[in-house]
Amino acid sequence: MPFGNTHNNFKLNYKVEDEFPDLSKHNNHMAKVLTKEIYGKLRDKQTPSGYTLDDVIQTGVDNPGHPFIMTVGCVAGDEESYEIFKDLLDPIISDRHSGYKPTDKHKTDLNFENLKGGDDLDPNYVLSSRVRTGRSIKGFTLPPHNSRGERRGIEKLSVEALTSLDGEFKGKYYPLKSMTDAEQDQLINDHFLFDKPVSPLLTCAGMARDWPDARGIWHNDNKSFLVWVNEEDHLRVISMQQGGNMREVFRRFCVGLNKIEEIFKKHNHGFMWNEHLGYILTCPSNLGTGLRGGVHVKLPKLSTHAKFEEILTRLRLQKRGTGGVDTASVGGVFDISNADRLGSSEVAQVQLVVDGVKLMVEMEKKLEKGEAIDSMIPAQK
Amino acid sequence: MAGPFTRLISGRNTAVLLASLGAGTMATGFLMTENNSLVAEAKKMLYPPSSDFPDLRKHNNCMAAALTPAVYAKLRDKLTPNNWTLDQCIQTGVDNPGHPFIKTVGCVAGDEESYEVFAELFDPIIKDRHNGYDPRTMTHPTDLDASKVFTPSHDLSLPGSSVHLSAAPTCVEPYFSFFPVSVFLLQITNGVFDEKYVLSSRVRTGRSIRGLSLPPACSRAERREVERVVVMALAGLKGDLAGRYYGLGDMTDKEQQQLIDDHFLFDKPVSPLLTCAFMARDWPDARGIWHNNEKTFLIWVNEEDHTRVISMEKGGNMKRVFERFCRGLKQVEQLIQERGWEFMWNERLGYILTCPSNLGTGLRAGVHVRLPNLSKDSRFSKILDNLRLQKRGTGGVDTAATGDTFDISNNDRLGKSEVELVQLLVDGVNYLIECEKKLEKGHDIKVPAPITQFRK
Repeated sequence: MPFGNTHNNFKLNYKVEDEFPDLSKHNNHMAKVLTKEIYGKLRDKQTPSGYTLDDVIQTGVDNPGHPFIMTVGCVAGDEESYEIFKDLLDPIISDRHSGYKPTDKHKTDLNFENLKGGDDLDPNYVLSSRVRTGRSIKGFTLPPHNSRGERRGIEKLSVEALTSLDGEFKGKYYPLKSMTDAEQDQLINDHFLFDKPVSPLLTCAGMARDWPDARGIWHNDNKSFLVWVNEEDHLRVISMQQGGNMREVFRRFCVGLNKIEEIFKKHNHGFMWNEHLGYILTCPSNLGTGLRGGVHVKLPKLSTHAKFEEILTRLRLQKRGTGGVDTASVGGVFDISNADRLGSSEVAQVQLVVDGVKLMVEMEKKLEKGEAIDSMIPAQK
Repeated sequence: MAGPFTRLISGRNTAVLLASLGAGTMATGFLMTENNSLVAEAKKMLYPPSSDFPDLRKHNNCMAAALTPAVYAKLRDKLTPNNWTLDQCIQTGVDNPGHPFIKTVGCVAGDEESYEVFAELFDPIIKDRHNGYDPRTMTHPTDLDASKVFTPSHDLSLPGSSVHLSAAPTCVEPYFSFFPVSVFLLQITNGVFDEKYVLSSRVRTGRSIRGLSLPPACSRAERREVERVVVMALAGLKGDLAGRYYGLGDMTDKEQQQLIDDHFLFDKPVSPLLTCAFMARDWPDARGIWHNNEKTFLIWVNEEDHTRVISMEKGGNMKRVFERFCRGLKQVEQLIQERGWEFMWNERLGYILTCPSNLGTGLRAGVHVRLPNLSKDSRFSKILDNLRLQKRGTGGVDTAATGDTFDISNNDRLGKSEVELVQLLVDGVNYLIECEKKLEKGHDIKVPAPITQFRK
């Protein structure tokens, strides 16, 4: 929270045992990693902007989790959180990102020309294609921690940057608190509108404070490039279109992102990035590329095949319902996207999606014909 | 206790950070000579209070009505001794714009000192919420004068007239000299209701343990300390007050079901009014319910306040409910005092609780009462208003009435003593029952004159 150091020094009057959270019923990455020793070591620390260990873990304490779904259970309040609380966050990052080590380096590649293929996914099966990522603006603290003044500063800077774009990126900003009913309906119909977070994972991390102040949506006139301002990250950047031309979606994504970054850099507020963690975002699960590239694809037969989950795992893909995270699939249509974020580049991750979806559509066609797909099951990527 | 930050920050990190924040060399140089949180200071310079002032244009709560840019500017950078800030007090009011018909308070205290450090905001809110009570000039009545007697009235249908306070023969011992409710030695009259109408009677209040932060602010250790202090004290209760504690985190399914059936169990707050005020953190750690074996005296630990104390029973014997309430409270206070603790109280604001709406007595005395005819009368609301009563559904605050049964309780909390408020409730409910009886017989009823707010 942006409120001084939130009572932290006062807590130091109490012993570690008295302050240590009860995580006996918890199933999240934070609960698995946090010990009394780590808590004792980190609890008197704070980032330069006053973010503390208890701030980092509050969402994980308040949300014990689910036996089947392993949530992260912690957030960063600023760029320095990942440094100051590395004794907690490094093991969590390793758990979440397939063993990524504190000494590993992350590769960033936003050159869309390095992507092979991706323009020929069968539109009879692939209904839509989408790539999203997040960006944090240097010099501001993150959504769990920032004050209204900072959040408004982020909005102002972002709107300045976005409204200066032209060509295919010419567009308009719709602030959440002053959009008309007509604008709101249109944004809902376009599936662009984001709403006040209701998930306790987000609200317990302080991300819904002061809603809807300084939140908004920008999109280009073509409705194929969209930016969310001050939702779960400073910026969420989305490129999307109907059909299966992921290559074009990725091209627009890269070009747009690079243009935006140039403008922010000119204002001395580039994006938060380092060579170990890549792009710095609020949730440790989005470090690295922060990229989720995916399609809505019809796989009614494949999705009921016994090996569906294994195929996805081997392809390094994940499935979601068509409502996004934590929704169920409707009519055999799945949201299939890359599972990885950290340790591989944007191009590599989108390549996995492109290749993997192509393969799964082939499998679906085979199953339609009543043929077996066992020979097609890939090795672990 | 000032000086919030005790750590030195490495010079280089600070310089880099200040530069990235846009602070020039001069500013950086100046700030880096200070020996406290340099970035927090830099941030304050970069973000003047005007940049942080919340947008309250669509808001309808007491905080939004009272918070001006000038007050915000003055108070934003202040800290209570526990490092609680104004922004933390008002967050719930910023996040919950409110309802055109229901004016919520829109702010909470994080500790006892919040009401002092942020008095410029809290005082007008208190005035707004408590019918003009001005904490700057008025004192909350403690009514220690046991010999005070109100003229009894024989006409039971006139409200406000039958405060029969029989003087207790004993003097008030010095031990209780700062105990504001020693007036409990006095009796409440007409406190047994017609059970044809009154289904149950209940009195509740809250108490905070001095020296520990309130639910919006408390750390886990503080909350566990509250639980420890209270549970230890309650274990000392005897006789009809002897009972048991059930920690929310470790009750069995069977115990949980029993508490639900008894209507005792409280659940994790879902109301954003509470969650946005940080009161549901670490749930269910250090939360629990204590009740006596007879199930007539109940204490909630660490829900919206440190403690909520409830005396209740089926039927209409409000007198007995209130006597047990006073007796129990007095004993609990004694038991914590034996261990060096006390309740938060001062003569400006009475008992200090999390929400400004509960200051003073924190007392809500009420009944579940059937009023099939009166509730359909168009004058019902006005009668309640004039009697200083409020109606709620039988599920409590923000619920609708089921059938013809209403939860009727006192509106006021601050500026009148516990005895006065309970007497007010008693007189009022008696009046409502009289009205109901009259309407049953086809007679007409009168809207009573409004009760005056404060004694002069």
